[in-house]
Amino acid sequence: MPRDELQSGDPGRRSDYAAAFTAGLLDPDRAPPDAVSGPNGKAAVKRYAVYRNNVTVSLIDALAASFPATLRITGPDFFRAMARFHVRETPPTSPLLFEYGRDFADFIGRYEYARSMPWLADVARIERAWLDAYHAADAEPLASGALASIPAERLADTVLVPHPATRAIRSRYPAVTIFAANRSDGPVGRIEANGPEDALVTRPGLEVFVRHLPPGGAVFLDRLMAGEPLGAAAAAAFAERAEFDLSANIAGMLQAGAFIAAHQEE
Amino acid sequence: MNGLAPPSRVSKTSRFPAYPVADLAGISFKHEHLHAILGDDAKGGFFEVHAENYMGAGGPPHDALTKIRRDYPVSLHGVCMSIGGPRPLDKAHLGRFKALVDRYEPALVSEHLAWSTHDTTYYNDLLPLPYTPATVSRVADHIDEVQEVIGRPILLENPSTYVLFPESTMGETDFIRALVRRTDCGLLLDVNNVFVSATNHGYSALSYLADFPLDHVGEIHLAGHAEQEDDEGDLLLIDSHDGPVADAVWKLFDIVIGRCGPLPTLIEWDSDIPDWPVLKAEAAAAQAILDRHADSLFGKAHATG
Ligand SMILES: [Fe+2]
Repeated sequence: MPRDELQSGDPGRRSDYAAAFTAGLLDPDRAPPDAVSGPNGKAAVKRYAVYRNNVTVSLIDALAASFPATLRITGPDFFRAMARFHVRETPPTSPLLFEYGRDFADFIGRYEYARSMPWLADVARIERAWLDAYHAADAEPLASGALASIPAERLADTVLVPHPATRAIRSRYPAVTIFAANRSDGPVGRIEANGPEDALVTRPGLEVFVRHLPPGGAVFLDRLMAGEPLGAAAAAAFAERAEFDLSANIAGMLQAGAFIAAHQEE
Repeated sequence: MNGLAPPSRVSKTSRFPAYPVADLAGISFKHEHLHAILGDDAKGGFFEVHAENYMGAGGPPHDALTKIRRDYPVSLHGVCMSIGGPRPLDKAHLGRFKALVDRYEPALVSEHLAWSTHDTTYYNDLLPLPYTPATVSRVADHIDEVQEVIGRPILLENPSTYVLFPESTMGETDFIRALVRRTDCGLLLDVNNVFVSATNHGYSALSYLADFPLDHVGEIHLAGHAEQEDDEGDLLLIDSHDGPVADAVWKLFDIVIGRCGPLPTLIEWDSDIPDWPVLKAEAAAAQAILDRHADSLFGKAHATG
């Protein structure tokens, strides 16, 4: 085919087919676009529905794969109905499916049928953080004893650099216990915990770990991750929780591989 | 020739062995099979990965792909470049794709004649396009851009489709032929897609293959499909990748390899994924067909040489 002919398309019409085709992809009540048909004048209702179904089902499947504990808690029918609402309201904007679902926990928090499970959104937040940690950049964590070489009088000015996988999630509910019980394949016994639980998510090697942060730990970690030195972060944690245990928190976070470097504040 | 050999500059800085892939059957790599694959003493064939699953910064996906790539040739299969879409390509996505090509030195690189993003929404499906001179031009520009950025030709895959666009003025094989002529890209011939589209649009898969530019095919896909009905109650096939390859598709594959000689051939199985031995057996069935035609070619070469 001659090149001239190939380039004769009217640029103004270029985007018509995609705009027309996508208009009803997430809306089951819309008729198929006029731009498509079956062969030999056949109808395209069921044919177009194949694409609509592929889009919706594959995105629900993507959420199910990213939020397995949430799925296990609610059961598949409840989860898929909830996910379908979310997919239609907030479809992905990135072609990377492991980026999808950043708004899912907030959606769960206002989903009226999930009101009897007020902790469900926090479990989903932990799962989203788990997936971020899974795909985060690899880095060698700071050794557990790394702070021992820093003179005591300089510790307060020490800044810890977080590992790319490190996340802190706060919950007013026992979200870590519920997450852990539903993330494995084993039977879920009666969950006795009822107090608030904050989560520390890390990935020092290839495996993602979710730990229960002690009181004040989440504030402390948030401040450290924001670049504040140890002294200021500890003060903020004490201010929120008088029982904050500084040395236990530092030891636990180092042991979890939450940081990759320590340096003195400039 | 379809120009599929990777550029020679790659070998100078290679991190991985340059395994040949030419006459091998391969399997779509799924993370749950990693241990079975690494523990399998019979190393053979190749693995194809969906590029997007390896576009995170680090973690187990890259660890797994590095281990696989050490022992096997790898085919990098892009799923959502939207080459067939009307909008400009996503430069960030293209950059991520190039980074994977550079990092893993794949034996094969492919993408789809389809699109999946429009405006800001990613639809996660391979959506169809009208076949006109204007869309040839647009799609060819996209292929040129991808090949320019990654520094090597891609294989473009023929789609499964369920609808057609009355505005189309070209058949799919003419459209694909025009793209090859303009861009020098190679082709990934998905034989299941041919069978699915032929059934859905009421044409003969054999005549499609007779019109297809087989000289430019650098890889074959085989997969399972599912059956539904269209509005008129006729059979509508769905490209579901959730089961074994259908007998009719094996038969078409045999015919294609008889015409082209052995080609890298992938078993695509992406949902309801079976245990590793089931996939291995499916690949062995493809390998047996490739080997049978390789033997007959070898025999012919002797007879004439
Ligand atoms: Fe395919």
